[in-house]
Amino acid sequence: MIAHKSGSLTFFTPEILDDASAHFFDTGISAGFPSPAEDFSEQRLSLDEELVKNKEATFYARVSGQSMIGAGLDDNDLLLIDRSLEPSNNKIAVCFLDGEFTVKRLKVDKDEVWLQPENPNYPIIKITPENDFIIWGIVTNVIKKV
Amino acid sequence: MFALVDCNNFYASCERVFNPNLQGKPIAILSNNDGCVISRSDEAKALGLPMGAPIFKWENMCKAQGIQVLSSNYALYGDMSSRVMSILKQFTPDVEVYSIDEAFLEFKGFENYNFTNYGTQIRTRILKWTGIPTCVGVAPTKALSKVANKIARKFPKQTQGVYLIDTDEKRIKALKWIKIEDVWGIGRRLSKRLQDKGCKTAYDFTQLPDAWVKQHFSVVEARLKRDLEGLPTLQLDEDHKTKKVIATTRSFEYTYSDADNIKERISTFATSCAEKLRKQGSSCYVIIVMLRSDRHKKDLQQHRASTSINLSYPTNSSIIISQCAVKAVMSIFKEGIKYKKAGVIVTGLVPTDNFQLNIFENEHPKHQHLMRSIDTLNAKFKTQKIKIANQDLKRTWKMRQERLSPKYTTNINDIIVVK
Repeated sequence: MIAHKSGSLTFFTPEILDDASAHFFDTGISAGFPSPAEDFSEQRLSLDEELVKNKEATFYARVSGQSMIGAGLDDNDLLLIDRSLEPSNNKIAVCFLDGEFTVKRLKVDKDEVWLQPENPNYPIIKITPENDFIIWGIVTNVIKKV
Repeated sequence: MFALVDCNNFYASCERVFNPNLQGKPIAILSNNDGCVISRSDEAKALGLPMGAPIFKWENMCKAQGIQVLSSNYALYGDMSSRVMSILKQFTPDVEVYSIDEAFLEFKGFENYNFTNYGTQIRTRILKWTGIPTCVGVAPTKALSKVANKIARKFPKQTQGVYLIDTDEKRIKALKWIKIEDVWGIGRRLSKRLQDKGCKTAYDFTQLPDAWVKQHFSVVEARLKRDLEGLPTLQLDEDHKTKKVIATTRSFEYTYSDADNIKERISTFATSCAEKLRKQGSSCYVIIVMLRSDRHKKDLQQHRASTSINLSYPTNSSIIISQCAVKAVMSIFKEGIKYKKAGVIVTGLVPTDNFQLNIFENEHPKHQHLMRSIDTLNAKFKTQKIKIANQDLKRTWKMRQERLSPKYTTNINDIIVVK
């Protein structure tokens, strides 16, 4: 339902459901006892709805390697990436750096950008104008098999 | 106001999103079966690779010039297209999806908008969210929005990908710039006739007398002329999605000269047409089949033929369409010919839920239920699990796709890997 507000009036536009066909209700007609849960039925949980905020801009990626284990990103984990989010300091981003995709934490300081791994065995990378570099999208969730 | 939003080098751009190494490099995309070039990046165009080039003749040139040659990845292009179209619907409810990579937008009640800004917003959002670059042309009519789009595409530095025609001065300047053969709806044949009359640009065309255009061409060109004059005449066709003709035609991997193989292929193509019919809620009255030998093999005996069957009732049953198509193809099949290509085309489409019933002959009512079950099962298993008995269970298109990129957005095993 979308509301349009003017100075004194608020307009509500009714939501048109695609599925507007008639429903067949068998409860109340049959001789059996009506289900006590009937009035309390709710939508089932959906991971899609919970994790994907912007489906047009959401893509998936697979983690390879150990560089982000400190942030809970293990080898083979599934990442959800939202390209519509703005990159900023401390966000975990999928970047394209000199020919390959990489996932790192962004460190932005004035005009400087650093890619910080979450594993002491990996070096911090300073981005210079010589690098072929794009921030491809922001990681929103990590899904792992247990 | 209308806008035409067009994705730049759409197929190449889709590939570049997931393989940024291809940025700025020449790319050519091949047709189904890797036969010929169906799409080129600007860089490939600049190197002189022609549209429709049979790749076997241009292989050496591509290698020498470093042109990346890829099979068409329709699973990827389709998904990226639907993302773009659904973003467009956030900007106006009136969207006509014109093709996989372009759409007309209509802005009713947007009078006070700054359309250059709004066009830039559209362009920026699509680029950021999907990685696909677009051009936006805005103008008072559909035909002019096409012209504006061409200008945005041709002059990226000056326009930043967005061009607005909002004054008569700009309209005339644009029409004088655009060659008659580049005007939307003027085909090669028409432009030849117009050029012979001294009509070189779109502006020349608008200067012709209305009556003369109607007399020498048709009402279609007369309406196009009005649209180019700035009078909104062509409407947004939002019903574009339901097709009037559905076809499945393919070149074979090998040539076939036996009836069994031809029957099997035709049955598979027919089933695919029936499936597409059911997807858009249509049934068909007419089934056309065609057969063709390899026209590149000049030394072999050539044969090409097609025939059609009219049904007494409309159907979208795979069984009936397949039976009719096989019967039809056998009536044109000739012994001793090496066939390379076949196709099934269905037309005479009517909505399935609303067609005239025939008193004497109707489809077996069980077919509808059976087809629904087949579609459900095939969708669930993501492949053709259920087939008609005269189809080969093990084969689908057997498309030659030797240079196919991964299905980055539709197959969990194909998603990008990040280190």
